[in-house]
Amino acid sequence: MSGRRVGCLSHGAGVHTRTMQRPRLLALAAVLAVIIGGALLVVLSQPTTAWAGPRSASALLAQVEPVPAAAPHMPPAAVPTATLWQRFVRAITLRDYHTRVVLLGTLVLGIASGVVGTFMLLRKRALIGDVVGHAALPGVCLAFLLQQIWQPGSERSLPMLIAGAWLAALAGAGCTVALRRWTRIRDDAAQAVVLSVFFGAGVVLLSIAQRIPTGSAAGLQNWIYGQAGLMLASDVELITAAAILGLVSCGLLFKEFSLLAFDEKFAAAQGWPVLLLDLLLMGLVVMVAVIGLQAVGLLLVVALLILPPAAARFWTDHLLRMTLLAGAIGGVTAFLGVLPSAMLARWATGPSIVLVGGMVFGFSLLFGTQRGLLPRYWLQREVRRRVGRADLLRAMYELIEPALPDDAPQVTSLAGVPVRRGQLVQKRSWKARRVGRLIAEAQRRGLIDAGPADQVRLTAEGAEAAFQAARQHRLWELFLMQAADVGLTQVDRSADRIEHFLEPDEIDELERRLARQYPELAQPEPTMPQSPHALPEEKS
Amino acid sequence: MIGEAARLLSDWSTVDTWIVLIAALAAMACALPGVYLLLRRQSMLGDALSHTVLPGIVLAFLASQSLRSVGWLDSRTLHAAQHAILFGGALISGLLTALLTQWVQRRGRVEASAALGVVYTSLFALGLLLLRLWADNVHIDPDCVLFGAVENIVISAEQRASVAWFTATVLGLNLLLMLLFYKELRISTFDPALATSLGIPAQWMQLGLVAVTAATLVTAFEIVGSILVVAMLIVPAATARLCTDRLGTMIAMSLAVAAASAVLGHAAALTLPALIFQPLGFDEVRDANTAGMMAVAAGGLLVLAALLSPRYGWISRALHQMRLSIRIAAEDLLGRLYRQAEEQSRPQEAEVIDHLGQPLLIRWLAAQGLKRKGYVRRVQGHWLLTDRGHQAAARVVRAHRLWESYLAAHQQELPDDQLHFSAHRAEHFIDRNLQAELAKELQRPAQDPHGRDIPGENGNGGS
Repeated sequence: MSGRRVGCLSHGAGVHTRTMQRPRLLALAAVLAVIIGGALLVVLSQPTTAWAGPRSASALLAQVEPVPAAAPHMPPAAVPTATLWQRFVRAITLRDYHTRVVLLGTLVLGIASGVVGTFMLLRKRALIGDVVGHAALPGVCLAFLLQQIWQPGSERSLPMLIAGAWLAALAGAGCTVALRRWTRIRDDAAQAVVLSVFFGAGVVLLSIAQRIPTGSAAGLQNWIYGQAGLMLASDVELITAAAILGLVSCGLLFKEFSLLAFDEKFAAAQGWPVLLLDLLLMGLVVMVAVIGLQAVGLLLVVALLILPPAAARFWTDHLLRMTLLAGAIGGVTAFLGVLPSAMLARWATGPSIVLVGGMVFGFSLLFGTQRGLLPRYWLQREVRRRVGRADLLRAMYELIEPALPDDAPQVTSLAGVPVRRGQLVQKRSWKARRVGRLIAEAQRRGLIDAGPADQVRLTAEGAEAAFQAARQHRLWELFLMQAADVGLTQVDRSADRIEHFLEPDEIDELERRLARQYPELAQPEPTMPQSPHALPEEKS
Repeated sequence: MIGEAARLLSDWSTVDTWIVLIAALAAMACALPGVYLLLRRQSMLGDALSHTVLPGIVLAFLASQSLRSVGWLDSRTLHAAQHAILFGGALISGLLTALLTQWVQRRGRVEASAALGVVYTSLFALGLLLLRLWADNVHIDPDCVLFGAVENIVISAEQRASVAWFTATVLGLNLLLMLLFYKELRISTFDPALATSLGIPAQWMQLGLVAVTAATLVTAFEIVGSILVVAMLIVPAATARLCTDRLGTMIAMSLAVAAASAVLGHAAALTLPALIFQPLGFDEVRDANTAGMMAVAAGGLLVLAALLSPRYGWISRALHQMRLSIRIAAEDLLGRLYRQAEEQSRPQEAEVIDHLGQPLLIRWLAAQGLKRKGYVRRVQGHWLLTDRGHQAAARVVRAHRLWESYLAAHQQELPDDQLHFSAHRAEHFIDRNLQAELAKELQRPAQDPHGRDIPGENGNGGS
């Protein structure tokens, strides 16, 4: 019976999440489609002098002039005499064809790797891009060598090299998984081992490829590790294809991937093919990384896989929002990074994007609403202040209490009774400076006003607050003594920690529970229970 | 094939010896701090440091240039101090990497590898931009740094001797430091909290380790190139980790692995490419990049260790398991034969016999082993127990029935027909002492719960 109910429950939960996630998934797809489509539109809709042909993508791509490799870091069409402002306008309006190609490529790559990188970050494999990027080298060289063995002297073929890179990178990723699973080497060491050994093999194969006279091995390594500034339109095509494939897969398998990212064992227990999903996710990362590698280079790929998700993590705890945000941050980072490199000579595109990404990360680290340092600091400061204020008011109440008449309505009679600062300092063994700060703050809030000499008095508002603070303290003390058998001498300390965080309904509950032993608490008008510490003589 | 390899290796010259010597010294120097990095789960730090020294070097270079232009240094002293200044810059940026990573990880609550990735990509990008913007004329050849130049450095005789001495000094310094702080490093690596409570500053040990690593890396980059360095930092340590649990042994082993992969790597670089590619018609391929091949050799040693390590290797573990299952199959066979003999002499209710799903091969091997030991013989297609076999079988059956009796006495809720399965598993792991104790506890029972005789201690019929 119970088993059936559990089954029903989990089934219900599944239905629930599914209905919750479909619209969000659609939103994800829509946002990304708008971003990519918008970028494509920008490129296609701005005719330049260099291009006025038919408005189709292939025609556009056919007209790309290869950038001379000798001057990779010159902004292609910038007029040397233009002012900085003119160059800025020129860059931001995407007047140059080359700027647009680079921008579109890095933008799409940034979005895709931001999304894919999110899962890698959550799986604690953030550096997998680094591993995969290094592991691709032997694949490329091997593909080249095989081709030379097959047909000596043939031109190198792009699809073969990419396939080689992809297979080797996948093998590298598989090796890290295997080493972690079947030996006692941990994840980080497995990554380092695979990275260095694969790269070593790549260097060996590269040196062999360069010794073969027939092939065109020269520049093979530059081909493997491209530069963002030298991107061609064909690269953009490839990147866009890979990005769309990656994004669509992530969208379709969002639930599975998030399960994998958060609780692999639970996923396995639920019967999901964990290994297959893991390999699939790895395959997506490898695809994005390899395609990116030969377009923008190793550094940028690694950075785009890590920086945007890590930055997004500071803003939200919600996976879908984080994924979307990481994609958006990746795109924005690419955009902001490309701009200065389009304006300034010798400002390399790749490092520029990475630096912008680093700054975005730093900004998120400081200001991120969910985990950022400053919001966390402010929250803590706010709590500290609230606690300090309540402590001050309670101290004042406790100083005033012995002088109160027994049957007087207590709240109103609290206001206006003068208390010396010295008494307060003594009462809680605070430092005089702290008391001064607390009083100043309470004065600003109108809870306390200064009396003659060094005396302070509660205002009407302050009297209410002080009454509440003392009352909460005592309720919790009494409850602890009654329900948890805490000793009389211990109870003050432990109450001190909790009393500030009692919610109104918790106070009601406390009153209800304590009413049997302390009937005065059951009255509709809030009354002050006697302090358990008060000695009978003191009252009389 | 081997003769061909020997022919290729017969060209081995003093230059090759020097290459191997220097590479081995550098590899050992890297492997030492690598052991601790591996144990502290900071293996990727080496790769990160190999990138982040760039901004330090560039900034140090720019600083020294500006010192000269201000006039504080004349160009001769600058030339002499240049090396030290660049080294200092690299060291500082290495330390900065570690500190920043730690800060991001702790304060930002970012996962360790992500924190490292964030810091190192940003710093490296900064270095690249600086290099491009202001120091385009510096002689920092990325190819030389990345792809290793151990072949190039051993050209002149006096140079190679001094380089070798220098590398040996680095190795010696590392060894000295590791020995001096052996205890502190060990405790703070395995139990930082304990280290702190013992008064060992774990934080400073970590910083010191990073400083030593960075210094070693920076000197070694220059000598053997970064691939070899990054590989030698972690791969030997990981190989040693697969073979041992003791820190001292692990350090010694990783030094040995580092040296071995230097030798093997260079030998492979001289022979393998020619052996593979010349039959394919590429006569020009005579050798390959040595540093890369050394990294590959280290990887090969790691794979060997993963397969063959006596305790944790796949193959040794599989062999161990197979030996165990053969023993169990043999004991099962003995028990079955014993029961058959018992039934023939005094027919009674048959005990359930199963093989626990043992494969045929294991059962065959078990039978062969018993035959070799003279426990069983084969007569007319039937297995029969010899006298010695009978004694051994009696011990197994005694364990089985004692355990059944014990369960019956202590586990009332277990029905009698369930006792057998538990005893069938347990019988292989109840040795003589335990049997004696069980018998004592049960006051020397003569029969098991099913009413069958329990064989005596010496395997003779009943007690």
